[in-house]
Amino acid sequence: MKLPEQMKRLGVIVGLFLVVVITRFFLLPESWISARPHQAAKVVREMAKPVHYAGMMTCRQCHQEEFDAKLAGYHRTIGCENCHGPAAAHVANKDDKAATPPKHREREFCLGCHGYLSSRPNGFPQVDGQAHNKGKRCVSCHDPHDPKPDEAPKDCGGCHGLIARTKAVSTHSQLPCTDCHQVPELHTTDPRSHLPTKPETREACARCHDTASTDPAAAKARVDSASHGRTYACWECHYAHLPEGPK
Amino acid sequence: MNKREFLKGAIFFFPAAGVLEALNCSAAGNALSASATAGYDPTNHWYGMGVDVDRCIGCNRCVEACKIENNVPEEPFFFRTWIERYQIHADGEVKVECISTKTPEERLAMQNEPLDPSVVRTFFVPKLCNQCAHPPCVQVCPVGATFQTKDGVVLVNEKTCIGCRYCIQACPYGARFLNPTTRTADKCTFCYHRVTQGLLPACVEVCPTEARIFGDLKSKADRLVSFQRDNKIGVLKPDLNTEPKALYANLDGEVR
Ligand code: HEC
Ligand code: HEC
Ligand code: HEC
Ligand code: HEC
Ligand code: HEC
Ligand code: HEC
Ligand code: HEC
Ligand code: HEC
Repeated sequence: MKLPEQMKRLGVIVGLFLVVVITRFFLLPESWISARPHQAAKVVREMAKPVHYAGMMTCRQCHQEEFDAKLAGYHRTIGCENCHGPAAAHVANKDDKAATPPKHREREFCLGCHGYLSSRPNGFPQVDGQAHNKGKRCVSCHDPHDPKPDEAPKDCGGCHGLIARTKAVSTHSQLPCTDCHQVPELHTTDPRSHLPTKPETREACARCHDTASTDPAAAKARVDSASHGRTYACWECHYAHLPEGPK
Repeated sequence: MNKREFLKGAIFFFPAAGVLEALNCSAAGNALSASATAGYDPTNHWYGMGVDVDRCIGCNRCVEACKIENNVPEEPFFFRTWIERYQIHADGEVKVECISTKTPEERLAMQNEPLDPSVVRTFFVPKLCNQCAHPPCVQVCPVGATFQTKDGVVLVNEKTCIGCRYCIQACPYGARFLNPTTRTADKCTFCYHRVTQGLLPACVEVCPTEARIFGDLKSKADRLVSFQRDNKIGVLKPDLNTEPKALYANLDGEVR
């Protein structure tokens, strides 16, 4: 049977169409058409990247002593490689002297975390690097794996630096912290488990500031504590450590 | 060669080349994936990071560890993670500085600054790629080089990235940069090579105060899931509906 000319041409077009479709969907590799195979390959490459920080737990098998000391002390949350740098190469080959992790004993190293900085959170132990046992290495008094002050910190500013410094320039500068807070002895060694008290009643301020008060130092700052400042606690308006307000 | 011969040749050449390439590609891919991905099923995980702003002491260790672990260029303006310092004044003025761009000496020098009584709040905020559940950077990539893995991490394929910087523009968090050595987009990967083998991201490994918490939101018992339960959580720029997986506790409203 002889096909009409039109059908032949149609056949060619359909044939071409099929070739294109087959090529696109069956012959061409997916990597030519879609990004997905490239992405899968990338994931594989990413997972194969080398590790530099071995992780705190790997140190334990060879440095049990330091590990245990640290686990029980104030530095328990700090990874070993925070201070000793990336040590995967050292773990892989402990005899490679070139890969032995450094020990930072310079003062600046500890001060990077413990130097006083106003933005650090309340309660974080900070010292004034210019004043705190100047000229001596920190590690000569504090064991880096189990740092302990050999005596309880003398002053509250060690962990409440911003509050202490703020109060020191305020009109309350002459008031010791203990005028308003009762501090359990253990607060300076185990602060979170033994919190000091905080003022609870208006009487805590009124005893100096009420018009009936006789405290001579506060003579220039007297209010009628029964009516002044509605029923809010005094410290809901006045910041007790800087009562004159931010300038 | 006449036209007919050329067309015939072409009809056979292209598909044949394709078949060869396909065989080649799948063989290589299989060999690689078999060795590196053994035993890891990404569909079982959905990673996120918690950041407790109240615990950050601004020591910058996470930034340094990230650079070492991931070969991030040394120059102090390429970061996959960085720390910002906020100082909010009584008159509402907000001063933000990136402490990670400073030298170690400059950071130590910050400690001797005199007290400024007009500052009413001040704190550090660690920043990183938010690994959004709906990442705008992925949507704008013209070549599919940046994508989200099944476990929720946004990666950049440096082999197909053309360095057009669209993703850098599209990221609302400024978390991307153009790597000067590869000339391609670069960003935090949650240390994908570490977390897929059970290690913590480098920044979390070294964080001294547990301000950073890495976790798996699909896990039954995970620190990050409890973190979400115990804290009021904020995310950056929630109005953009990017659904970030960097979850901040104690986040100040001034943090952008
Ligand atoms: C396979 C056992 C092994 C593991 C695991 C290991 N170390 Fe060591 N490490 C050693 C040995 C042995 C030495 C002594 C090498 C020397 O004196 O040169 C050493 C030395 C050190 C030193 C220097 C001590 C000095 O006196 O100078 C430091 C610091 C250190 N290791 C830290 C680490 C950290 C951090 C880790 C975990 C990431 C770790 N090590 C894991 C075996 C190990
Ligand atoms: C806060 C920082 C810090 C952390 C965290 C830390 N180290 Fe050290 N480490 C030091 C310093 C500083 C020295 C040097 C002490 C010295 O010379 O007096 C040191 C010394 C060492 C030594 C040498 C032994 C010695 O007593 O001289 C080893 C081994 C060691 N550290 C292992 C570890 C391991 C393992 C961990 C984790 C469990 C760890 N360190 C965590 C700071 C740290
Ligand atoms: C990476 C940051 C970091 C570095 C570096 C660091 N520390 Fe610490 N240090 C901490 C943290 C975190 C604590 C625990 C604070 C807490 O319990 O709230 C701490 C606690 C302490 C304490 C206990 C203070 C107290 O009474 O509560 C001392 C002392 C101390 N560190 C000394 C050192 C010395 C000395 C060095 C240098 C070898 C050092 N630290 C290096 C982060 C650091
Ligand atoms: C001569 C020994 C000595 C040296 C050196 C020394 N300290 Fe101390 N440090 C102490 C003693 C004692 C205390 C507790 C009493 C106090 O607060 O003064 C203490 C307290 C601390 C505290 C706790 C702060 C507080 O009030 O709770 C930190 C943190 C600290 N030191 C860090 C350092 C750092 C960092 C260095 C190095 C720059 C360093 N120390 C050097 C003896 C020393
Ligand atoms: C060793 C560090 C350290 C020292 C020294 C220290 N504190 Fe604290 N203090 C803390 C920590 C940590 C907290 C808990 C902070 C938090 O949870 O935000 C705290 C909390 C407090 C609180 C708040 C309690 C509450 O319920 O919120 C007061 C008040 C306080 N301290 C007063 C003092 C006074 C007064 C002194 C000096 C006698 C002092 N502290 C010395 C670490 C210390
Ligand atoms: C005039 C009384 C007064 C004095 C003096 C005082 N405080 Fe307070 N303190 C308060 C009040 C009031 C509060 C807030 C109580 C509240 O919010 O429930 C407070 C709260 C605190 C807190 C809790 C955290 C915060 O910022 O709210 C700490 C820590 C603290 N004081 C430490 C100190 C330290 C350290 C000193 C000494 C340097 C000190 N205070 C001196 C009255 C005082
Ligand atoms: C032990 C006594 C004492 C206590 C308790 C005390 N103050 Fe004061 N206060 C003072 C003295 C002294 C001054 C300084 C007065 C002056 O300027 O001569 C002062 C000043 C002030 C001022 C005035 C600041 C200005 O503008 O000059 C305010 C406000 C104030 N205190 C609020 C409080 C509040 C709130 C409390 C309770 C948390 C409190 N005080 C507790 C003694 C006290
Ligand atoms: C509702 C907020 C509020 C509360 C609560 C409040 N105050 Fe005041 N207080 C003020 C304001 C505002 C002023 C300044 C008034 C002025 O300058 O005329 C002031 C002034 C003062 C002054 C005088 C300062 C000066 O320079 O003479 C003292 C003292 C004082 N307050 C103490 C207290 C005490 C004590 C309490 C708690 C019994 C308290 N205030 C509660 C808002 C408050």
